[in-house]
Amino acid sequence: MTFTAGSHLFEPSRADFDSEQHLANARQQAFARNYQDFLIVDVDSHHYETEAFQEIANYIEDPVLRMEAKYQGMARGGITSIDGSYQEMTGRVTRYPMRRREATPPTIHRDITLMRRWMDSMGVDMACMFPTPMLNIATCPRAEVETALARAYNRWLCDNVLSEEPRLTSMLYLPFNEPEACLKMVEEFGDRKGVIGFMVTATHYKANNDNAYMSTYAALQERGLPLGFHAAYTWSDRSTALMNRFISVHALGFVWHNMVHMTNWIVNGMPERFPRLKTLWIESGLAWVPFLMQRLDNEFMMRSSDAPLLKRKPSDYMREMFFTSQPMEMVDNREALALTFKMMNAESQLLYSSDYPHWDMDLPSTIYDLPFLSEDGKRSILGGNAERLFKLTPAYAPWKLERRAAQAVAAQ
Amino acid sequence: MSECYVCKVEELADGDVRIVKESGIEIGVIHQGGAYYAYQNLCPHQGGPACEGLRLPQVVDVIGEGGLFVGQRFDEADMHIVCPWHGYEYHLTSGEHVCNAALKLRKFEVSTRDGGIYVHV
Repeated sequence: MTFTAGSHLFEPSRADFDSEQHLANARQQAFARNYQDFLIVDVDSHHYETEAFQEIANYIEDPVLRMEAKYQGMARGGITSIDGSYQEMTGRVTRYPMRRREATPPTIHRDITLMRRWMDSMGVDMACMFPTPMLNIATCPRAEVETALARAYNRWLCDNVLSEEPRLTSMLYLPFNEPEACLKMVEEFGDRKGVIGFMVTATHYKANNDNAYMSTYAALQERGLPLGFHAAYTWSDRSTALMNRFISVHALGFVWHNMVHMTNWIVNGMPERFPRLKTLWIESGLAWVPFLMQRLDNEFMMRSSDAPLLKRKPSDYMREMFFTSQPMEMVDNREALALTFKMMNAESQLLYSSDYPHWDMDLPSTIYDLPFLSEDGKRSILGGNAERLFKLTPAYAPWKLERRAAQAVAAQ
Repeated sequence: MSECYVCKVEELADGDVRIVKESGIEIGVIHQGGAYYAYQNLCPHQGGPACEGLRLPQVVDVIGEGGLFVGQRFDEADMHIVCPWHGYEYHLTSGEHVCNAALKLRKFEVSTRDGGIYVHV
């Protein structure tokens, strides 16, 4: 084994991790492609809220649960835990073991500094940020704990991060196991600074067509806030429990759970019941979209009586929904990718996402370098579509503004 | 072709990598298993700094008689360069991706002379 701390890095003596050094090649891409000329919005990125969990736990109102949470912590379990815990690739993706060593100034919240560093490196101007381990509180067997943690996290994020940095936004976590709490969450946080929508983690074992959620959807529609379904996996699902490798659970799980929610959403006519409610399907990649379109359309033509609220084919509704791009399946067959973009009206419906800092992150160049997109199409996917969907006020990375100013001076 | 001085032999211990820049190209010079290798510090996947990651052996599924799965082991004879951005793995000796030989790191010659390590660009 050659994983000896300090012996494999850029400088053998380096004991620290530096996001900007780690992403230096991304910065070169941003400069080479002139990203300063347009807005880039990353609609699905993450931070490790576990580093601030003691702060978040202080926002739990129930004193008993607060003490439990502060004692127990939020870290994922070890190798035998229910969710496996080897997603980090045994150190192969070095930012996992090294990120805690990154130094940040004490005057700005660490999460803001770390977000700015990777965003600036990639050329991302604005990001919609999500937690990492706390996405999985969906599978917590105690529904009231999920709700309390979700509310604590949402309050903490609004108070300490979103209120401080206009480049950062979030679709806040909905505790889907308690429908009444979802509505309260929308009512309480829907107008907070940086809140651009709300999000359901896809591993919730609740049918989204349950009548209990209709008041929440109505509240979202009324406020013009999109509803996102963020993909996830759980090794405790009966189907994934049959799998012995993480690649299997991740490759299928991140698609399967969103396919279930999408199918319920369409077959039960939710787009007809809430025609102004925009939905966003997050982190399932793209390959599942044409699959499900064809699958549902084919059966709908024979069994339309099973979905009588639909006035058009399922794929027609899907083409009006929004999708994030990562992890984009960059298969050898470029034609398949081009057809997928065409089938989903990608130039107006697809939103760039990096998923940084996770192991399967995508840089903006994964979109920008696609030869079958027009320049306008690239810019729409990388930022314009998100700007329109979320009604964003653009806030650009400082280096882009500086570079534009320098170019203007040079042009004179 | 130009010759670029990297460092003294004793400054690059076995297992270490040194990144140098020559003619605008970042090159990772790796000392591994008593030999030296040099590749452009650029992963053909998404442009990650391929040489700044770990080096790990090939993981092997061990299949016994009758097709039975026996376990896993490392093949230390087949070391990989692992890109730290996404984990793309390349054979240390050839720079070829372990699953697709068409995907490869750009390779450079390395030599040692008079106690120094040199890369040829």
